[in-house]
Amino acid sequence: MNAHDTFLARQSFIELTARERARTLLDPGTFRELLGPFDHLESPWLAMQDIVCQADDGAVIARGTLDGEPAVIAAIEPAFQGGSIGEVSGAKIAAALELALSEFEAGRAIRPVVLFETGGVRLQEANLGLAAIAEIQAAIVALRQHVPVVGVIGGMVGCFGGMSLAAALCTDLVMTRQARLGMNGPEVIEQEAGIEELDSGDRRLIWSMIGGDERVAVGLADTLVEDDTDQVRETVLGAFRRGVQKHRTEDVDGFIARLAQVNPDAIDPDTLRTLWGTS
Amino acid sequence: MTDTLSRGARWLDALSSAPTQTESGPVRARDGQLGGARASFFAVVPDPQNRFPRATDNVVGLEQGWLLARAVRAVIDADRAADAKRPIVAVVDVKSQAYGRREELLGVHLACAAAVDAYASARLAGHPVIALIVGPAMSGAYLAHGYQANRIVALDAPGTAVHAMGKEAAARVTRRSVESLDALGDTVLPMSYKMSAYAKLGLLHELIEGVDADAPSSADIERVKASLAAAVEDARNGPRDLSSRLTSADAQRTRAASIEVRRRMREQWSA
Repeated sequence: MNAHDTFLARQSFIELTARERARTLLDPGTFRELLGPFDHLESPWLAMQDIVCQADDGAVIARGTLDGEPAVIAAIEPAFQGGSIGEVSGAKIAAALELALSEFEAGRAIRPVVLFETGGVRLQEANLGLAAIAEIQAAIVALRQHVPVVGVIGGMVGCFGGMSLAAALCTDLVMTRQARLGMNGPEVIEQEAGIEELDSGDRRLIWSMIGGDERVAVGLADTLVEDDTDQVRETVLGAFRRGVQKHRTEDVDGFIARLAQVNPDAIDPDTLRTLWGTS
Repeated sequence: MTDTLSRGARWLDALSSAPTQTESGPVRARDGQLGGARASFFAVVPDPQNRFPRATDNVVGLEQGWLLARAVRAVIDADRAADAKRPIVAVVDVKSQAYGRREELLGVHLACAAAVDAYASARLAGHPVIALIVGPAMSGAYLAHGYQANRIVALDAPGTAVHAMGKEAAARVTRRSVESLDALGDTVLPMSYKMSAYAKLGLLHELIEGVDADAPSSADIERVKASLAAAVEDARNGPRDLSSRLTSADAQRTRAASIEVRRRMREQWSA
């Protein structure tokens, strides 16, 4: 196949819904959704604020197999409330990871994958979104002692807020070039710190700082993939074949030393690549 | 001099032994006693000289996150062979995560995640981890410093609050006035900025009322110490995960959906 044919043969991952993303990552024919739209577990808090609910609350939990091994995928739907984490969507993700942990406690194995696409806490459910995110983080830390927890940030929403910490806790983190990973969204920084701190309208600057390419280049994410479902799937499978690695959040002395190399008055994305670059 | 202390620093002084060496930087780690046994106390304090200009206040930025992780992990390492792991108390007075361009570029999300990991790992290793909220416990900063605790204890006093976003910013984003945001919090409980409303979510082990958070008397301090010691005992007798946050009567009422999701997913888990 020449480059043109390869390009045409690609199936975009980004353009898929959360449900389709989970289905295409799992082994063909094995997708089984838990607490799907027909279970009608909706946010109890949005209706109180005259906001239309969605029957899956924007989180899709699917069981199936990966490379023939039992798997569970938690996929966040960016088209509902920006992928924000409410009580129900957050509880679905936490519950999936907690049940995966009980598989190991019962002597069985399962492969957990989280597809991040979220601005963080759903502001209309504030404290219950935040509480759910703490529980998701707790579950990832407990689970990754047994098995790699693999995170994928597809784009275009990216992964922000408390969920960026959850992504950072993953054993392996896969990003596309289009994806962004950061704690505070550019608009929030501009609002809190002023446009002289960050111009949130400068898309080139934003992606050069927190886009997938930079994150992988400086060692804050593991693998950069094209927007191609086959490549995402192969990368996820590869992470499970490698098994549990040393986690980035455990490399405390390493990152304190790396931070010490940085001069806050003269740091930019390119300089960081020369300081922290992994290739 | 004491007037310039942040609330977190003041409570750290009140609860722990005097430092054995000169302290500097934004993270304080102290030893102390709880119920007659050794305990470790951690706080994030203002650091006007911090080399990251967006992280000079009592916020969790790059150095704060990584230094918290290092300090908590030092306790885990020191107690690795101990039968009874020493209690860890996070004294929580954190306004926010650090908002800045450098912070994002250098991975403040990872620094905060490292602190999350350290506290969660301490809990999983058997350390009773207690969060004591004496000031703001905001958003990502609270996730990094406090929200992985086995038990959360809070002072019900002016200036203590748990929330996902500061009130002014939340008002801007939701296009409401600060007043209407307050009114909304009275009907939509998780939106409230009041500690008494947070207590109704079922996430707190104890809400301590009637304590002067800014200038605690010695009786106030003893009362808080007794609450911390009781929380430690409760944590030692409970599971090492966060499941206790779903068991109280308040949780069963307010977080009914969180409980229902778990119940029904367990039913559907194995087809």
